Amino acid sequence: MMKKSRSIFGVVIFGYAFLYIPLISLVIFSFNASKNVSVWTGFSLQWYKALFYNDQIISAFWNSLTVALFASTLSVILGLFASLVIVKASQFLGRNIFKGLVSAPLVMPEVLLGLSFLLLFVSLEDMIGWPTTGSLTTIALAHTTIALAYVTAILTAQLGNVDESLTEAALDLGASPLKAFFVITLPIIFPALMGGWLLAFVLSFDDVVIASFVAGPESTTLPMMIFSSIRFGVSPEINALATLIIFVIAGLIFVVGFLNQRQKNFLKPDPLSEEELEETD
Amino acid sequence: MIDNHFKKNQWIKRTIIGIPYFWLVIFILIPFLVILKISISEATWGTPPYKPLLQFLGNHIVQFNIHLENYQILSDMIYRYSFLQSLKLASLSTLSCLLLGYPMAYYIARQDEHLQTRLILLILLPFWTSFLLRVYAWVGILSPSGFFNTLLMEVGILSEPLRFLYTPGAALVGMVYCYLPFMILPLYASLNKFDFSLLEAAADLGSKPLRAFWQITLPLTRPGIVGGCVLVFIPSFGEFVIPELLGGSKTFMLGKVIWVEFFTNRDWPVAACLAVLMVLFLVIPLVLLQKRQGS
Repeated sequence: MMKKSRSIFGVVIFGYAFLYIPLISLVIFSFNASKNVSVWTGFSLQWYKALFYNDQIISAFWNSLTVALFASTLSVILGLFASLVIVKASQFLGRNIFKGLVSAPLVMPEVLLGLSFLLLFVSLEDMIGWPTTGSLTTIALAHTTIALAYVTAILTAQLGNVDESLTEAALDLGASPLKAFFVITLPIIFPALMGGWLLAFVLSFDDVVIASFVAGPESTTLPMMIFSSIRFGVSPEINALATLIIFVIAGLIFVVGFLNQRQKNFLKPDPLSEEELEETD
Repeated sequence: MIDNHFKKNQWIKRTIIGIPYFWLVIFILIPFLVILKISISEATWGTPPYKPLLQFLGNHIVQFNIHLENYQILSDMIYRYSFLQSLKLASLSTLSCLLLGYPMAYYIARQDEHLQTRLILLILLPFWTSFLLRVYAWVGILSPSGFFNTLLMEVGILSEPLRFLYTPGAALVGMVYCYLPFMILPLYASLNKFDFSLLEAAADLGSKPLRAFWQITLPLTRPGIVGGCVLVFIPSFGEFVIPELLGGSKTFMLGKVIWVEFFTNRDWPVAACLAVLMVLFLVIPLVLLQKRQGS
């Protein structure tokens, strides 16, 4: 027994090292003085400085931010509707089709999604002249749809955990159903809404494959920019950018985690693992 | 309760169902139908680079241009090679994630609640940070002068740097790295519900730990194992970014083939065909699996 648990511990240490060494090396070499990202030569902040003077990266960053803010906000609104439909409306025409469609992006490789969105946008532009292919709009619409699948999975799990008797009590006490929803249900699922929004934001802000399919030559997002520059080789400037992104995202996770902690009573199961479980059923 | 209320306010119900439904039909259902349509269209030079399915030739004559021959690509060596390579790399990455992820999830599930939350947070953190940048990190690590080669030379396993980067093996490492959290989370969710006192009962009754694991823990955590494997296998199978950045020219997975057919060769019908075949290959087993678990 002793020996077994020690070897498990060994695997665990190896696993965490495996997960973190690449990230740590990314961060360390962003401060490297030379252009090499694997041999340390000295401390320098020049790559951060270069980053702030790189107009292409800055404009790609704003593009990505715009798209991600739009996609995450819209997908949370749509996802709230979709999860309400799945949890509360027990019978309507095509309920199974609805459930299948909403979770389809979870089980499709990104290349397929990208291809299908582009073909859709090309046909739509042909027929009604909107959206103009290659604008930020197409990227935002595609990202909203992908993120919708994840947000709906999180919110469905969370809505299922809401104690129905609380709503019933409010209704008995004379609240209108809409008021009961805004006063009872919405505050309870608020952490999940924030978590879903954050996940949607990160998914959109990070996506390269789908954006490459639906974006035009003039609308480049940050990941597309990073992707094309990595194809030409490594650059400490990308390391600097990576470091900034890692710390911003880690910061956001801690803020959301802290807010969730305050509502822990309503959040006993971890929303993400719930989401994964949903898919295995 | 809400359902009752909905009956009184049909329009609220209709709006709440209608808005997401409309969105899903436009952005999920129709695109797949469009892909299906293009996959049986005939390729041609022009914009768009395929012929319409129905052509009105005048005099009430309609010409059907259904081109099922596209699906003959199945017999083509290149596509078969890339299909088999995708299958091989995706299976290997799923297996590696399982072998590495199971002990980790098991260990985490056995800690006290406070430590569990922290350890899971540590798994989630890399999963939330940029996917692209995590792949990029491996470009530096696996390069000839990178961390991995340096380490192996210091220890004395290697006398000169080996070429790890731009091989299918590097793509495999990248996939295991990126998808490991997808394996650990469902496994942990399953193991977290598992009653470890069952193992004590088995031990009391004289069962060896390994046998107890094989006969009790493994079957009871099967949903987590299946879920994790599905979540790792599907994105690995269609992966584009990782083989493109780490795999080099010898890694020619299906995701990349679709990309090349679409962007470089501009052969939309073949790209659409490959997409349809990929969906069938991934979704049919999934539906069967769901049916089996349902019954």
